[in-house]
Amino acid sequence: MLSINNISKTFNIGTINEKQALDGVNLFVNEGDFITVIGGNGAGKSTLLNIIAGVYMADDGELILDGDNITKKPEYKRAQYFGRVFQDPLMGTAASMEIQENLALAYRRGQFRGLNWAITPKEKQLYEEQLKRLGLGLESRMTTKVGLLSGGQRQALALLMAILKKPKMLLLDEHTAALDPNTAQIVQHLTLELTQESKITTLMITHNMKDAIKYGNRLIMMHEGKIIYEAEGAEKQSLKVEDLLKKFEQSAGGYFATDRMLLA
Amino acid sequence: MAQLLQSILGGANQGLLWALLALGVFISFRILNFADLTAEGSFALGGAVVASLITKGLEPALSSLIAFLAGTLAGLCTGILNTKLKIPAILSGILTMIGLYSINIRIMGTSNTSLLRLTTVITYFENLFKIPKIYATLILGVLVVGIIIAVLYWFFGTEVGSAIRATGDNENMCRALGINTDNTKILALMISNGLIALSGAMVAQQQSFSDVNMGIGAIVIGLASIIIGETFMSQKFPFWAKMIFIVLGSVIYRVLITLIIYANIMEPYDIKLLTAVLVIIALALPRIKSLFKNNNFKRVKNNNRG
Ligand SMILES: Nc1ncnc2c1ncn2[C@@H]1O[C@H](COP(=O)(O)OP(=O)(O)O)[C@@H](O)[C@H]1O
Ligand SMILES: [Mg+2]
Repeated sequence: MLSINNISKTFNIGTINEKQALDGVNLFVNEGDFITVIGGNGAGKSTLLNIIAGVYMADDGELILDGDNITKKPEYKRAQYFGRVFQDPLMGTAASMEIQENLALAYRRGQFRGLNWAITPKEKQLYEEQLKRLGLGLESRMTTKVGLLSGGQRQALALLMAILKKPKMLLLDEHTAALDPNTAQIVQHLTLELTQESKITTLMITHNMKDAIKYGNRLIMMHEGKIIYEAEGAEKQSLKVEDLLKKFEQSAGGYFATDRMLLA
Repeated sequence: MAQLLQSILGGANQGLLWALLALGVFISFRILNFADLTAEGSFALGGAVVASLITKGLEPALSSLIAFLAGTLAGLCTGILNTKLKIPAILSGILTMIGLYSINIRIMGTSNTSLLRLTTVITYFENLFKIPKIYATLILGVLVVGIIIAVLYWFFGTEVGSAIRATGDNENMCRALGINTDNTKILALMISNGLIALSGAMVAQQQSFSDVNMGIGAIVIGLASIIIGETFMSQKFPFWAKMIFIVLGSVIYRVLITLIIYANIMEPYDIKLLTAVLVIIALALPRIKSLFKNNNFKRVKNNNRG
């Protein structure tokens, strides 16, 4: 499905701030995969997702999606393939617009937007049904401005918006990290439920190692712009957090030292 | 007394014609979240285009339409400077505005043009209904503003209109949803400056002359109208009602100025300073409010500690 071939990315080339974020990353994502991505701060996880989504262009390498070379396609054109949810709940929704207007924008992801009505009565029914899947009672607040929702509600809505029009792939960048632990669990469960129901290929960055082990069929660990460990199937299911820490120390030759990761 | 009522009505008329400017500024400043200084140039552009076309004998309504289109070109220019050449928003607007100063003189051939004794959209209505100018202007103003509000209401309810609103709210989300935000920005700036030029065209016809400096302070005047309108509206208002209140804001602004000048409280040239202070206060108000809140908060905390 998505073939990531030898992708490299360096920021601020030729300045004192020069930083190689990705160093020849190779990954093949199969249809139906749910891949969790872990790694310390600055490992290049977000950059990898951003390169896939077209936020940044790769310096080197190729992205082939279902035989189609998308390496140079601009972000707004790639949106037809990818649904995305960001770490910051404010980033994925338009605060000044109604819940149903946000959904209507998402329903047209990657489509031409012309002079038809932005939202039709028929769609509203669909949105009501879809909002029920979240179990947050948002279906009775369709005309509420999104800015009035809590962070967790906004993130759940952003998740629904990302998959409302089924994407080829869902890209999640620590989308529960900014939520309180309770809400984070709710959104995490929703993520699993929704992606399984609709059989959506998913790439999920998480700083929670337990989640990374528990969810999905594959796991990758990144360090200094490289994938340093991959596990899938039975090997992945039997992993323990301590195993991941050990793997990291072996491959990276150091301690997996961020407090955030040890606590998680 | 009759004279006072006449000048109030005259102020209201001006407010209606300047309301198109306020609606244009509303689209760029509030909906798109883009402080577009093109306004000063495109307002004068509208006046220049309509004056030169009418003196050449073109039909005034058609001339006004062409003035609108000229304004959209000014918006296109600013939009391209900002989105394609990555020039900051404020500077893009200033560059277009400065360029327009020369262009406007080129269009008129001089720095001002008189429309006295020529047929304008207003004299057209005077002759059609056999009414004095002041009522002709009122009818025309209500008609044009009504049509524009109806069209804008429809447009911002469409897919592309909704994409423009979303662009002003959250560009990041827009690109993730496949909206080409360069295009939505350019389109919004074109519509905005088209309306501002139309406003300039109407005002030029009402005052029977066009001047290359007639746009000075246009953006601040537009903002003042929006701010006055917003003090009377609730955030819950539907979009069409918000637009009507902005028009009312523009009318109130003009009537206030008329009254101030009528009562001889200030000289006409003091009005711009008054307007600037009004806008400064309105823009600073949220900040001042939050400062007060923080101070209260600190006090409570100190009390708890002590
Ligand atoms: N837009 C950018 N400009 C400059 N440097 C960046 C940018 N984005 C990321 N980086 C740098 O690239 C490295 C990888 O960042 P990132 O992919 O965000 O890491 P992660 O998501 O794994 O924490 C970091 O050193 C970061 O500072
Ligand atoms: Mg990151």
